[in-house]
Amino acid sequence: MSALLEVSGVSVSFDGFKAINNLSFQIGPAELRAVIGPNGAGKTTFMDIVTGKTRPDEGSVLWGEKSQNLLKMSEARIAQAGVGRKFQRPTVFEDQSVFDNLLMALKNERGPLEVLFYKRSRADDARVEALAEEIGLADQLHRTSGELSHGQKQWLEIGMLLAQEPRLLLVDEPAAGMTLAEREHTTDLLREAAKTRAVVVVEHDMEFVRRLGCKVTVLHEGSVLAEGSIDHVTQDPQVIEVYLGR
Amino acid sequence: MKRSFIANNPSVLIFIACLGLFTLGVTLMSEAFGTAVISTSFVKTLGKTLCLCLVAIAMDLVWGYCGILSLGHFAFFGLGGYMIGMWLMYARTEQIVVASLANAEIPPTAQEVTDAIGNQIFGVVGGSDFPAIWAFADSLAIQLALVVLVPGLLALVFGWLAFRSRVTGVYLSILTQAMTLALSLYLFQNDSGLRGNNGLSGLQNIPGAEAIPQSEISIYFFWASALALLLGYLLAAWVVSGKFGSVVRGIRDDEARVRFLGYSVEGYKLFVFTLTAVIAGIAGALYYPQAGIINPAEIAPIASIYLAVWVAIGGRGRLYGAVIGAATVSLLSSWFTGGQAPSINLGFYTIDWVDWWLVLLGFSFVLVTLFAPKGIGGLFDYLVRKGDAK
Ligand SMILES: Nc1ncnc2c1ncn2[C@@H]1O[C@H](COP(=O)(O)OP(=O)(O)OP(=O)(O)O)[C@@H](O)[C@H]1O
Ligand SMILES: [Mg+2]
Repeated sequence: MSALLEVSGVSVSFDGFKAINNLSFQIGPAELRAVIGPNGAGKTTFMDIVTGKTRPDEGSVLWGEKSQNLLKMSEARIAQAGVGRKFQRPTVFEDQSVFDNLLMALKNERGPLEVLFYKRSRADDARVEALAEEIGLADQLHRTSGELSHGQKQWLEIGMLLAQEPRLLLVDEPAAGMTLAEREHTTDLLREAAKTRAVVVVEHDMEFVRRLGCKVTVLHEGSVLAEGSIDHVTQDPQVIEVYLGR
Repeated sequence: MKRSFIANNPSVLIFIACLGLFTLGVTLMSEAFGTAVISTSFVKTLGKTLCLCLVAIAMDLVWGYCGILSLGHFAFFGLGGYMIGMWLMYARTEQIVVASLANAEIPPTAQEVTDAIGNQIFGVVGGSDFPAIWAFADSLAIQLALVVLVPGLLALVFGWLAFRSRVTGVYLSILTQAMTLALSLYLFQNDSGLRGNNGLSGLQNIPGAEAIPQSEISIYFFWASALALLLGYLLAAWVVSGKFGSVVRGIRDDEARVRFLGYSVEGYKLFVFTLTAVIAGIAGALYYPQAGIINPAEIAPIASIYLAVWVAIGGRGRLYGAVIGAATVSLLSSWFTGGQAPSINLGFYTIDWVDWWLVLLGFSFVLVTLFAPKGIGGLFDYLVRKGDAK
């Protein structure tokens, strides 16, 4: 299985501080992967690099069958190529309805003129409704999303991510601030999504990661410390020292 | 699920009704077509106010909806005015010159006519040659096209440079101020080709319409302004109502997030910036024939700041808010500064509104910002919500 995303030898420093240090990472086209690591390990920065928000000092990030160089593409182009991202803080457009949020994310033409003359089709409506069903917000479609609970906003954002139909989902701490039931629902959603695409989940919560039941990559000081099953990495003495044993 | 554009935007219908009634009312009270209750000069003031409402809508689109606090949109307004002003002044002067040379014994050559027009127009700045930018001044059609093209192209180039380098927030506002300042300083120069600080004048005289009295012309311009405002409002309401509006408001609230959804934020900003510059240019082209004169002071940086103040007081992010703000503040402003407002005698000091109006305006702005960030328009939302709750 060839990789969908191939990050190799990437480094980035902020004012002399190396946030990412010679990091390499690969993920296949239909794979679920958890990324864990202590605060400041560089997990979010790693996502910033893949999505084009931060440009690394060295290294390469290759994408897809044609090995496109993501480092040469703008954020919008990378998103269009199929990289979707959920932020650490839930960021939905608070003064717009759940429906409008989902519609905006729905895979469609993205140019200003196409959007200006865009007419909603029945198929688009149906797609939005199906997504709302999936994220448990079917009866909230016309509510202003600012009024949703924290957990609902997280889901809305996951829904927006799915609406983009990305080939790779980067999900930063999806379970933060969720109740136990909400967490379980979220794990199901992510596992389901990973059947047809690549999903990278950053999470602090060990129980959550265990429930995902997937390969785990441990980051520390900007590089990969260990990689393997959850049981494998939790028994790694280095991992215990820097992360679990604290 | 699907509803018509009007059904989704009830405020548009209300706006059309109000504007229609207002236009009818003014017409019926005018000197030309009605009871002459309101003077021709006041009809002009009202017509100009409608143009200011139109440029305020442009400002609301770019700032209230798209989050770009442009403090340079009055430059586009002024440029629209200059473009139409060039034709008005040229054609009018041509008539005068041709009439005065008609009695000459030897019929004047075309060159002599042109020279005489040049002398008339540029005498005040010590010149007589036509600068290159006047090349098309004799063609109404071309100058009308320039009303749209000049502000549009300037906005396109400026916006492209600024947005491409991701200049946002305060820095962008400063940059737009610099643009309008530079333009105004340039136009102040005598050799700018637009008569320096004299500007263009006599614009109320419409060539070819000498037989029509000003009272009537003022009403025609008033109608044209009302129509332009109506079309501008409809266009803006349509632009912000659909998915485009969603994206643009998304850019205002969190542009990085919109980018990660795959939208090229820069493209959208450039589109909105340019579109609103064109609207501002058209508003200016309707305004200055009613004002009669345009000079570089009109596009001083402060003018664009006032524009932002109007929209803030009216309530940004709602189109009727921009209209209410521009109409209220500009009418109050001309009342206070026109010397009509009664002075307040405090015994030890007399508040003379000509001097104190700006202080009052400044205070109102601070109060609105602090206590009613949604402006006057926010009051309507509040009332509507109260009505719904019942
Ligand atoms: N734009 C920036 N400028 C300066 N330093 C930064 C910047 N972004 C990240 N850093 C630093 O880089 C390091 C890695 O940050 P990052 O946000 O990637 O960590 P993280 O693994 O996501 O942590 P957390 O678990 O707290 O979210 C941190 O020390 C952070 O302070
Ligand atoms: Mg983080």
